Amino acid sequence: MTDATVQAPHQAQIDRDGFVTRFRHWLTDDPVAAIALAVLCMIVGCAIFAPWISPYDPTLQNYDAMLEGPSAAHLLGTDDLGRDVFSRLIHGASASVYASCLAVGVASLLGIPVGLIAGYAGGWVDEAISRVIDTFLSFPAIVLAIAVTGVLGIGLTNAMISVGIVFAPQLARLARARTLVLKQELYVDAAHCFGASPAWILARHILPNAIQPVLVQMTLLMAVALLAEASLSFLGLGMQPPDPSWGSMIARAYLYAQIAPAQMYAPGIAILVTALAFNTVGESLREALDPTSAKP
Amino acid sequence: MLNPLQRRMLRRRIVQAVPVIIMATFSVFMLLKLLPGDVAITLAGENATSERIEEIRQIHGLDRPLLVQYGQWAWNAVQGDLSNSLLSGEAVTTTLARVFPNTMFIVCYAIVLSIVIGVPLGLLAASQAGGLADRLVMLGSSVGVALPNFWIAMILVVVLALNRQLFPATGFVSPWEDPLGAVWYATLPAVALAASGVAEVARQLRSSLVEVLNSQHFRTLHAKGLPFRTVLWKHGLRNVSVNLLTVISLLVNRTLAATVVVEVVFAIPGMGNTIVNATLQRDFPVVQGAVLAMVLTVITVNLIADMLYSVLDPRISQR
Repeated sequence: MTDATVQAPHQAQIDRDGFVTRFRHWLTDDPVAAIALAVLCMIVGCAIFAPWISPYDPTLQNYDAMLEGPSAAHLLGTDDLGRDVFSRLIHGASASVYASCLAVGVASLLGIPVGLIAGYAGGWVDEAISRVIDTFLSFPAIVLAIAVTGVLGIGLTNAMISVGIVFAPQLARLARARTLVLKQELYVDAAHCFGASPAWILARHILPNAIQPVLVQMTLLMAVALLAEASLSFLGLGMQPPDPSWGSMIARAYLYAQIAPAQMYAPGIAILVTALAFNTVGESLREALDPTSAKP
Repeated sequence: MLNPLQRRMLRRRIVQAVPVIIMATFSVFMLLKLLPGDVAITLAGENATSERIEEIRQIHGLDRPLLVQYGQWAWNAVQGDLSNSLLSGEAVTTTLARVFPNTMFIVCYAIVLSIVIGVPLGLLAASQAGGLADRLVMLGSSVGVALPNFWIAMILVVVLALNRQLFPATGFVSPWEDPLGAVWYATLPAVALAASGVAEVARQLRSSLVEVLNSQHFRTLHAKGLPFRTVLWKHGLRNVSVNLLTVISLLVNRTLAATVVVEVVFAIPGMGNTIVNATLQRDFPVVQGAVLAMVLTVITVNLIADMLYSVLDPRISQR
């Protein structure tokens, strides 16, 4: 194939370059991903610095200014208790970032080791773990999260740990599939001959080579986790009042949809843009890291 | 009709599903074991007498070994006994029998919409890969996947039900009593659910079609002078039709999950509202029953898709 001969030296070039150069190449090659990454940085910035940049206390009620439209004092208006919507939106970013990181963190800590072990051990261990993975993939994600949250106690942390448990099989399946391929590699045999333990081989030789597709999937899962957090908070099972979250802001705005329909647009757009940004970065990473998808 | 290879394949699929069903039901059974503290006291409700707590313990066999308890629970479940609601006292199976068809009606409606709209969009995008239509479809599907479906549901309600009054804002009509009315009431929820479904179908169909159209086999078809239209419709679609099965079985899982939230927006008496209300009111037998019904639905759909898959695609049963 002509593509392969053109691709090969380019790939070699990229492999020699350092991380920073490759990172810069990735972003200049894909400006949309660069914008998406900038949006994510901004949202993480909002999440971290929320107490300093938000103009008002997000839980401060003001009964003289209820359900107001946008104005100079309140950029996005006020909600039914006179709280500043813009400040609540900024503080809602903290909830979203915390929730997504927690869920994906739990999923990685559970899923990646299990997938590595299943793929490397093979035999009945693999068969058993694969059936467990199949089982948990059959649970509609939110439904299991709702049930586990209900049992463990309602709250954002419990809700997102349950979401993480539901996501773990997806990462496990990916890690397992990569491990199955990688354990055939010569360098794994070599390490084995030198007397390296399975744990060492998995951690030092297989994990670093298996991590790329897993990282892509983790980025995409951030978006799913964000939507799950919004849904659970919307249902009243996630973030508890008076603390703001985008999902619960929408739920509250819906009660007043007939009087002030504009209230529900801002948090919805925030969710949409953040999820879109995670997906864009994930898809772009997938293309940049996948040597078989040569760019035209 | 089926050759021995296919029959063996079907048997293997069914055998593989058995441990999944056992583990899924065991996980659902274990849900109640996660409850902090004494389950009997929780199940007996507040201010229960100690006799009542003892009675609950007897009924649920909480003093016996775990596996025996599971066996008893599963045996009761097979016979249609999932215990009673803690609040209303109604049998859980009765509740589920009432709300489950409503949810399935909306889910099926949404999946039909997803396919009817998603397939042409995917075909359009793949036939002009890299062109303007392709980019628009891909952009639309990126947005569709990232949309919170309950938010879309609300916007639909505000714009089409409150402002224009084209559709009812909330409520549900049973499809058995009034089929047309049911479709009428279910349209907005189904559209809200289909937003991500359409995106998913279009995206998956496009990527598998593009892959097929770039293969050597299709280069040959093109080279021997077949018009692109014939190649796409006759050969391309046949090659990816099996992939559609996978997408649909995935959609059932996703849509069932999404319907939980959308049902709350529209106040539809379905599985979603049941499970959310039961969770908020700590009515655990109902939560357990609803999760069980949903996971068994997904497993069944996956099994059927897998079986169809191995029958439809000769390459798979020959492996």
